Amino acid sequence: MVAGWFAGDGDDFRLLGTRCSACASVFFPREDAFCRNPGCRGGELTEVPLSRRGRVWSYTDSRYRPPSPYVTDPELSWEPYALIAVELESERLVVLGQTVPGITVSDLAVGMEVEVVPGVLNEDEETTWTTWHWRPTGVTA
Amino acid sequence: MSGEVAVLGAGMHPWGKWGRGFVEYGVVAARAALADAGVDWRDVGSVVGADTVRAGYPGYVAGATFAKALGWQGARVTSVYAACASGAQAINAARAQILSGLADVVLVVGADAAPKGFFRPAGGDRPDDPDWLRFRVLGATNPTYFGLYARRRMAVHGDTLEDFAQVKVKNAALGALNPNARYRKRVTAEEVAGSAVVADPLRLLDICATSDGGAALVLSSMDFARRHGAADPVRIRAVSTVTPRYPNTVLDLPDIATDSAVAVEPSAGTFRASIARAAYEEAGIGPEDLSLAEVYDLSTALELQWYEDLGLCGEGEAAKLLREGATSLGGRIPVNVSGGLASFGEAVPAQAIAQVCELTWQLRGDAGDRQIASARVGITANQGLFGHGSSVVAVR
Repeated sequence: MVAGWFAGDGDDFRLLGTRCSACASVFFPREDAFCRNPGCRGGELTEVPLSRRGRVWSYTDSRYRPPSPYVTDPELSWEPYALIAVELESERLVVLGQTVPGITVSDLAVGMEVEVVPGVLNEDEETTWTTWHWRPTGVTA
Repeated sequence: MSGEVAVLGAGMHPWGKWGRGFVEYGVVAARAALADAGVDWRDVGSVVGADTVRAGYPGYVAGATFAKALGWQGARVTSVYAACASGAQAINAARAQILSGLADVVLVVGADAAPKGFFRPAGGDRPDDPDWLRFRVLGATNPTYFGLYARRRMAVHGDTLEDFAQVKVKNAALGALNPNARYRKRVTAEEVAGSAVVADPLRLLDICATSDGGAALVLSSMDFARRHGAADPVRIRAVSTVTPRYPNTVLDLPDIATDSAVAVEPSAGTFRASIARAAYEEAGIGPEDLSLAEVYDLSTALELQWYEDLGLCGEGEAAKLLREGATSLGGRIPVNVSGGLASFGEAVPAQAIAQVCELTWQLRGDAGDRQIASARVGITANQGLFGHGSSVVAVR
């Protein structure tokens, strides 16, 4: 669904962006066509893994079932998930993502350190759609 | 001053959930604006429609759709889409035609019959569309982003849930005075606090609803206005339609991530602040000159953000400005005296036009129970998906 946005397992799991060889701008989701820095003449865009850890810029949750194309099972009662916007220090960009299951807004604070881990977005009998999740560092569950 | 256009007429279809088509709302609003202007539809040289997004073509070709419904009369036609900024861009297109001499009198119309519940992207698998991706990959609805902004304000500026609730209390009290508003009932802070959480920390009454509605303006050259007997009309002095500057470092609808600031240092001030700055520069005024402001209160917390982005107060001081009563009717700088989106709800292509209708009525002294004494200068502010920022300055 979103090819090349992340790779690796366990501690090696990383979000993947691209970096412009001319101006060093980093893009996530990956930008493979043209560098978007208006002052850059345009360089080759190469894949680059992003920092594993960052700080919470802000957070919220989704107490109502989001509409399609988000995939949920209408037969099951709705379980809210939290979303965190995470500031990656070395790339100086903010990436939004769901938290690992079980983490709620009451577990979060702006400025808290979180790390990226692999997660499951949804699955059916044939396919499991994987994604990235943010997890407060020090939480291992 | 050169560069101005006259607002000869303003009209609306009352907002609500009426269950009819957007064309009907637009035509009612258009006829009201034409009647207000005292202009015959057959004398309108150009019609500009703000597009609504619907399956099939009619919503995307709003200019011609309204022109056909009003009766084909050969006018120049334009259709404009810029998400929530569609109405402001329609006004801008009309203004550009008038100032360039392409048309003397232009009808601007926006109307929508909004779906119930969350706005959602068009159907199909479209992983090249950022709006589709944020729903599919994250389930990130519009209130998700409003919740992020609200929680960020609480952490950085110390805003409280009570501050947010007071924005709703203020706007609901003003909406109760406005016959075009969908919600005409006062709301208490307890009712806000008692409503269900939608996106932490925001509750149902912190977030604007979706609505049906329509709004229209008749704009003309200053020469036409004088010939028409309008010696001192409300005038539009500026329309800002700016994009962000790279790197945009505040997470914005519908994006999953911001630009990176690693190669280029961000410019001073945010995108939202640059929207108002462009309007002030073009109009040759500053925030100290304003009599009123109409801003996109998609959430209560977002209204507070606009106070700072419009320069009504310093960064982090919006809640203080609200608590002082400065932004209430009778205060130093009333904001959303129409009742705002809190009282109207979103009818996307109509709402930026509706903001200018309110400025027009206020600057004329025709705003009834919600009239601001001696209003002379007003500003609107809004923002559309995908980097559309718009703001209109009107003067009398």
